[in-house]
Amino acid sequence: MTDLSQNPAGAAPRKHGGSLLEKSPHTRKRNAAETRFKAYGIAAITAGLIMLLVLVTTIVGKGTGAFQQTFVTLNVELLEAKLDKKGNRDLADIKKVTTFGYAPIIKGAMEAAIEDLGIETSLKSKELAGILSKDVAAQLRDYVIANPDQIGQTVEFRFLASSRVDGYLKGRVTRDSIVNDKNISAEQLDLVDALAAAGVLEKTFNLDFIFGADASDARPEAAGIGVSMLGSLFMMLVVLALALPIGVAASIYLEEFAPQNWLTDMIEVNISNLAAVPSIVFGILGLAVFINYMHLPTSAPLVGGLVLTLMTLPTIIISTRASLKSVPPSIRDAALGVGASKMQAVFHHVLPLAAPGILTGTIIGLAQALGETAPLLLIGMVGFIASNAPETLADGLLAPNSAMPAQIYEWAKRADPAFYERAWGGIIILLLFLVTMNTLAVILRRRFERRW
Amino acid sequence: MSFVKLTASALAISAVSATAAAARDQVQVAGSSTVLPYASIVAEAFGENFDFPTPVVESGGSSAGLKRFCEGVGENTIDVANASRQIKDKEIAACAENGVTDIIEVRIGYDGIVFASDINANSFEFTPTDWFLALSDKVMVDGELADNPNTTWADVNPNFPAVDIQAFVPGTKHGTREVFEDKVILAGCEATGAFEHLLAHAEGDTDKAKHKAAEKACIALRTDGKSVDIDGDYTETLARIESNKDGIGVFGLAFYENNTDKLQVATMSGVVPSTESIATGEYPVSRPLFFYVKKAHIGVIPGLKEYAEFFVADEVAGEDGPLAEYGLVADPELTETQEAVSNETVMGGNS
Repeated sequence: MTDLSQNPAGAAPRKHGGSLLEKSPHTRKRNAAETRFKAYGIAAITAGLIMLLVLVTTIVGKGTGAFQQTFVTLNVELLEAKLDKKGNRDLADIKKVTTFGYAPIIKGAMEAAIEDLGIETSLKSKELAGILSKDVAAQLRDYVIANPDQIGQTVEFRFLASSRVDGYLKGRVTRDSIVNDKNISAEQLDLVDALAAAGVLEKTFNLDFIFGADASDARPEAAGIGVSMLGSLFMMLVVLALALPIGVAASIYLEEFAPQNWLTDMIEVNISNLAAVPSIVFGILGLAVFINYMHLPTSAPLVGGLVLTLMTLPTIIISTRASLKSVPPSIRDAALGVGASKMQAVFHHVLPLAAPGILTGTIIGLAQALGETAPLLLIGMVGFIASNAPETLADGLLAPNSAMPAQIYEWAKRADPAFYERAWGGIIILLLFLVTMNTLAVILRRRFERRW
Repeated sequence: MSFVKLTASALAISAVSATAAAARDQVQVAGSSTVLPYASIVAEAFGENFDFPTPVVESGGSSAGLKRFCEGVGENTIDVANASRQIKDKEIAACAENGVTDIIEVRIGYDGIVFASDINANSFEFTPTDWFLALSDKVMVDGELADNPNTTWADVNPNFPAVDIQAFVPGTKHGTREVFEDKVILAGCEATGAFEHLLAHAEGDTDKAKHKAAEKACIALRTDGKSVDIDGDYTETLARIESNKDGIGVFGLAFYENNTDKLQVATMSGVVPSTESIATGEYPVSRPLFFYVKKAHIGVIPGLKEYAEFFVADEVAGEDGPLAEYGLVADPELTETQEAVSNETVMGGNS
């Protein structure tokens, strides 16, 4: 029998005296400290949530405009006299007419449309065409080259409106803001209002922003993130194909086979150090080694992928080692006990059990690499680059291309405010990718993770 | 495992073809961020109208572009360098050292540099003297050179409002900075008499060396925070002005024309900057823009000569072309440039 059971609880002489039901000042103080700590925690989380909310609302508020674009539907008469003077439908002759030669046809189509709709305007034909994008001529020329038999016919087209007109419909451009603007006039906006009232000009969802190529500074309305998305995809392929096998092999060796000595300790410390190296350093390294020494092409997603592989490797090695470590030794012992070799034990039993953790680490590493910009600046992936969609695998790896974050950076730098809107739109797409990848990592971990 | 094998072999094949198929089929351009918008407009139109792929235009600054241009001849080097200033003798020498001897210089037109403040802030009518007095490290006070005492614009010129001087000028890596120093600060330095004073006290063996030393002393800007170097792009300058309404920034004309809803432009010596006033030469702060073509690459890189010719064609770089529409001041001597490009005339006279 112990002392405790002999003394009934309530009768115990309390150290500081007083009833148990009444909190002593010391207890009150401790309880207050706990309450305060909880309040700090809640305040911290609230602050974090508010910041996140501000960030998300800003991004969504500024970026959603990029997914909509103003289009003008016009009937265009493809004049034979302008497009195919000889009239023999020879593709070589038709190609000789440059996009500049299409200007009169576009002007004519605008004039005809205004006459048909009965809109009164004092604008000259050049100003009429000014509400359309500069991309229109290229669109027409591509169509004519693809369908030479349509020359001489009248065809209905859906054209992009210029970025100023688009901004007017989105509220970015107002009649006050264009007072000094030489690119658009109030009369042109009157015409836009009239065309919108007639239903010829309308703002709709713009798929080309998601799948299109980058456009030059003169036509922000035509720019899309699609080609740089492909650039990112090819880079991720390279990262996956290199970082996963190398990282997993390195971690298996270090974790399961390597002897514990100063050399492996050193390697371990250095891997942790590498994980903390700023990404721009890898960019400089990539420029020096892959481009200047190995003579790989600049601006190529292959080089970008190699640089990002270097950056992702430590992340993958660290997470793989952690998940290998979490497999209990009893499993290895059991496998070895029934006569498996060390390699069989690792590859047949340990690795499959560690796979969900490895996968999660890889996805998080890839997500990190996908959002990385700094190293890409140095290997020439910023500029007017993402303009040709790659056609083959080799093309995708070697032909110059940009990547999503680099494209966003480039758009944010350009002069026309319409590009700024597209940069925010690009951020939305990039964030969607990152959220999807991270969610996938969480789901995989939840579903397959085993606890011992 | 077959998927892994497939990916591995696909990668191996592409890695092999990487070395074999390094033959480039598109023109590669790099250099000045001022020329970048023009070059990208031309590249886009070039890709549309020719059967060649769209050229790739990277930015990074005139000096960085020329450095890469001079790295050597071969498919791994760029074909064209854009520059917002003329190539320097030092750079030509560096080029020659690496075997880049035949360089075709192409002047595409002129670009104006404007001074602008926030649309809702004070408007200004500047002269180069005002800028010198506002930003120079040392100015003339009572006949002697002294540290710049001016803190508000009213100190500089009684006609100006009494707001703090806060200027955002391009950093030294930009070609724009050189023009700003030459055409504005140095002009102001000479106009205030500080140049003569500096020249009289300059150290140097020859007149030329003295002249150089005086010029260098003239363009030293104050370092007490009134003048801020912007190493980024004009968008950064714009952001700084939006957050500091007293700020005045240095911009390219094309950038200003795209942001007239946020900026108001100051006159320089009484002239409003516009493509017209720059073309006539009335507006003093303008500079020519160039690109440089590696002659050794013509015929090796498909489309290179066509790109250069297309860039200076009348319908592109002419007065009604898309470049002029974007803000470039067309070169009155464009015809000569076109001839030089089609004859592949290299710098230094012999072709």
